[in-house]
Amino acid sequence: MNHAGPVASIAFSSVLLSACGGNVPDPAQYGADPALPDPQKSLLPSMKIADPAPWGDQKPTVPQNYRITAIATDLKIPRQTLVLPNGDILVAEGRGGNAPKLQPKDIIAGLIKAKGTSSVESGNRLTLLRDKDGDGTYEERTVFAKDLNAPYGLAVADGHLYVANQDALVRFEYKEGQTESSGPPVTVTGLPSAINHHWTKSLTASPDGRFLYVGIGSNSNITERGMTAEVDRAMVWQVDAATGAHRPYATGLRNPTALAIQPGTDQLWSVVNERDELGPNLVPDYLTSVREGAFYGWPYSYWGKNVDQRVRPQNPEKVASAVPPDYSLGSHVAALGLAFSTSAMGAQFADGVFVGEHGSWNRKEPVGYKVVFVPFRDGRPGGTPVDFVSGFFGADGKTRGRPVGVTVDPRGALIVADDLSNTIWRVTPVR
Amino acid sequence: MTVYVDRTHGRTLHPLHAALLAGTTPLFLGAMLSDLAYWTSYHVQWINFSSWLIAGGLVIGGLALVGAIIGRFRADGARRPLAYLLLLLASWLLGLGNAFVHALDAWASMPAGLILSVMVVVLACAAAWIGLAGLAAGGAR
Repeated sequence: MNHAGPVASIAFSSVLLSACGGNVPDPAQYGADPALPDPQKSLLPSMKIADPAPWGDQKPTVPQNYRITAIATDLKIPRQTLVLPNGDILVAEGRGGNAPKLQPKDIIAGLIKAKGTSSVESGNRLTLLRDKDGDGTYEERTVFAKDLNAPYGLAVADGHLYVANQDALVRFEYKEGQTESSGPPVTVTGLPSAINHHWTKSLTASPDGRFLYVGIGSNSNITERGMTAEVDRAMVWQVDAATGAHRPYATGLRNPTALAIQPGTDQLWSVVNERDELGPNLVPDYLTSVREGAFYGWPYSYWGKNVDQRVRPQNPEKVASAVPPDYSLGSHVAALGLAFSTSAMGAQFADGVFVGEHGSWNRKEPVGYKVVFVPFRDGRPGGTPVDFVSGFFGADGKTRGRPVGVTVDPRGALIVADDLSNTIWRVTPVR
Repeated sequence: MTVYVDRTHGRTLHPLHAALLAGTTPLFLGAMLSDLAYWTSYHVQWINFSSWLIAGGLVIGGLALVGAIIGRFRADGARRPLAYLLLLLASWLLGLGNAFVHALDAWASMPAGLILSVMVVVLACAAAWIGLAGLAAGGAR
């Protein structure tokens, strides 16, 4: 009479069983050849959302013989920073994205994730910080430009300041010493902005100022908004500064959140945020040199040729052409900042890159929430990451800050934007 | 259970309960058809439709389930068979599992999503069949 009951409960419990199976110990996931466990499917993605708390008297932790100070507070969501030739610091402030909620899941996940971020309204502006007397206190603060649209990437080249808004690459005239823009910006080129699931547009300029490189994130985690939404997404554009003409420079980069040129080699590098919901130890976010014309896998595969079964239709030809990135930073760390170091940062941290890690959500044990230093040897990453600024995720389980952009001041300071406490931190070697 | 319901006698179902019960099936059926469309076309919009149809089925079906549980406590001899409540409960629980499966990104919801959708439709149809049977003969007052 009710034989359907047992059948149903067996099917349901088998679905629930497939949801379990976490608690795999963390594999060594740093470097060129990270351990990649099998993908896990779970009914509910394992989540641990940051529980924000104010810093109070506390500060982030830095290595011995380094000092950290807050040089600006009460900003409106600082993301990326730029050190101008005269030492002034520009801060891009804002929050973007206008992705519609397509599924019940989007509404629920949006509410949950919002708890782990700042509730301050989007600044949509650039703030300039100036240390007039060189004592490390940035006593002058002006709004350099306002009414921008979620500015993120910043670059200065050839007498121009370039700003990557969430929908366009724009340019200001810039003369050294300026504290305010002399007029509204000129659009260099529009940028893909429909939906803008990953809205941040990262930016750097070639050393000669001829080209700009713009990182454009995918419009979904793994194509769940359809393939047509992914046209011109998940790639780095090369933009001609003079004409605004653009072409894809490298593709298959899911979310290239920060770009930087390696001093001496003029090689473009990027940190990239990889896909979620394949388990706590997939897929590693990475640091890579960006090879012209290369395809890095998204969406069809990850870390080279590991096929992602969630994508339909699949594309074996694209998978066959996918190249693995250079260096794994670990899964879900959410690398959002990248800067090459200089000798002025001190011997131990002279050769390598600093990476700002915003921190995980798709993981029971949080990772990231710090700035790491990846040492380089012979111009390539060599060795495991070293914590450079940590303590954002406290021992009490509270999160006091979340690092985004990192910038090296050539005079010997690391500038860290913190978009949870809306602070700019400055780390200097103690001399 | 010693009482056997006389099918020709006045078995009543509150009109609201009947409407909720009858409304559950097409929502789950729509989700199943939408899943089939995704299965054959790979167009993700279909899985979005499925997700909302399943959510609707859970709301309407959940209210029908409340009605069925209340109905178990009726003492006037007009109770539905126990199978009705069990089938409705099974379809709701499987439907809830199906909602989570459909929240997985893109093809990760397949094939489990389609299989569950078919099972939910079968269970919901069976529940509606038993739940609504006899109404025409006895008639709701």
